[in-house]
Amino acid sequence: MNARILHIASNTFREAVRDRVLYNLIAFALLLSGAAILVGQISIEIEKLVVINLGLTAVSLFGIVIAIFIGIGLVSKEIEKRTLYTVLSRPVRRWEFIIGKFFGLAGTLVVNTFFMAIGVFAALFYVSHKFVRADALILVALYFIILEFMIICSLGLLFSSFSTPLLSAVFAFSLFVIGSFAEDLRGFAGMAHGFTRWLATGAAYLVPNFSALNIVSSVAHGQPVATQLILHNTLYAFFYAAMAVSGAVLIFENRNLK
Amino acid sequence: MPAIEILGLEKTYKVGFWIKRPKRALLPLHLTVEDGEVFGFLGPNGAGKTTTLKLLMGLVFPSAGSARILGKPWTDPEVKAQIGFLPEQPYFYDHLTAHELLNYYAQLSGVPAKDRSHRVTSTLQRVGLKDIQGVQLRKFSKGMLQRVGIAQAILHDPKLVFFDEPMSGLDPMGRREVRDLMEQLKHEGKTVFFSTHILSDAEALCDRVAIINKGELRGIGAVADLTSSVQGKVEVIWQGTQVPASMKALGAECHVIGDTVRAVMGESQQDAAIDALRRERLRLIALTPVRTSLEAYFVEKLQHAETTVGTNA
Repeated sequence: MNARILHIASNTFREAVRDRVLYNLIAFALLLSGAAILVGQISIEIEKLVVINLGLTAVSLFGIVIAIFIGIGLVSKEIEKRTLYTVLSRPVRRWEFIIGKFFGLAGTLVVNTFFMAIGVFAALFYVSHKFVRADALILVALYFIILEFMIICSLGLLFSSFSTPLLSAVFAFSLFVIGSFAEDLRGFAGMAHGFTRWLATGAAYLVPNFSALNIVSSVAHGQPVATQLILHNTLYAFFYAAMAVSGAVLIFENRNLK
Repeated sequence: MPAIEILGLEKTYKVGFWIKRPKRALLPLHLTVEDGEVFGFLGPNGAGKTTTLKLLMGLVFPSAGSARILGKPWTDPEVKAQIGFLPEQPYFYDHLTAHELLNYYAQLSGVPAKDRSHRVTSTLQRVGLKDIQGVQLRKFSKGMLQRVGIAQAILHDPKLVFFDEPMSGLDPMGRREVRDLMEQLKHEGKTVFFSTHILSDAEALCDRVAIINKGELRGIGAVADLTSSVQGKVEVIWQGTQVPASMKALGAECHVIGDTVRAVMGESQQDAAIDALRRERLRLIALTPVRTSLEAYFVEKLQHAETTVGTNA
């Protein structure tokens, strides 16, 4: 990676850490340990199912909140506070700045997810007292959650490159909600006719397909994940994130920093 | 080779929510700054100084025109490794300490890793922040942030430094230190381009100045030339509180200030004035030509333009 991108990314990561973003891990740990203890007392046989479901959903939600709320300010905050002036007056290209910011936030989320994953496995061990081979599927679910974060980061960055933080948050959150129902939207498009069909199909393929990345429930039930799905989701997430980051670069390259 | 050549740079913004109206922030600007000069870019608030600097830094894009910096197109990234920039009222990543911030900027500017730490420490020492280099910037005062701003602008040993209102937020001692620093930069052979509306700073530091108002260049010249033009008048000061009738007869404007009298008269009257003082046995303290101050030149340039605009209207 280009050294300047790396420096910008590490500064973005350091900013997130110093702004106490990782403190969410404390809330996550409290939630999961509380749930593990409670589930151990009230449920029989389904403790594992509940812990995996709850744990992975919490990992996803905590990460999405961080991705949206940091992502939307990545560029606009730098413009508003004018910290960008002393960066872009150096031999730093605008695209390097955008990509560095993206990797910085993505890195923050990967580290955050890593610690949360430890929490999930610890809670799982607490309720089941052992690990089985099928538990490795949790790692695949976590990988898909990270792919989900990449897409949300890139969308936050895209909106942040031309809009205010508030509007960016609204756009990003709306897309997350719509994207979570992307499969339903595709189903609706298949049933519609005429112009509505065209419109629904266009919208269904334009919004990020988060429902394909959500395998929490099947992993909790120990169902296997097809290799083809892993490959497909990886390519999809990388392509989608690359498109959104490219959009952010295109907009930012032509933006006047008043 | 000139350090800066501005070739008709201009900027028009579109303002308004529904109906966009053009607003000219900078009319076509032609300006050359020679290598090693300290150049003052003067003008009242909102004159177009910051817009010009932002255009040169590539932060905003010009509506027309171009520029060359250190002989290369101003958009060339290589150029940016050789220039330093202090924005107006700078704000920095406040989660970082002064040392971390400068280290980050040194990385971005391409300072070799082996030199980085030494360069950061010596620059912090130069601006008087070495003792608090480990403190996060969120705890810094406005004046301290201004020093950090100056430090980051000179950190990578640039050939050309742009300062936008460098004295802003500084106390008298701080201003003095920045003046000294700018003089040091000049002695090191660097070119300094700085914008200000504090004329005394410009008069003390600059080789040449340009005056801009309402986006238009109103005047340019060497400070020495602008301030050495004698208005054809002399100032005579003598001890006492009385103005002899012979002095009044010369048509002098006399003012009694404490136990001295100050008289301003035409140059041709100076011998007669000295004779008059001798006759009256009054002690002459000083006889000096009346020179134009930079302030007078500045005001004249702004007023002249206003009058012209008024007349044309």
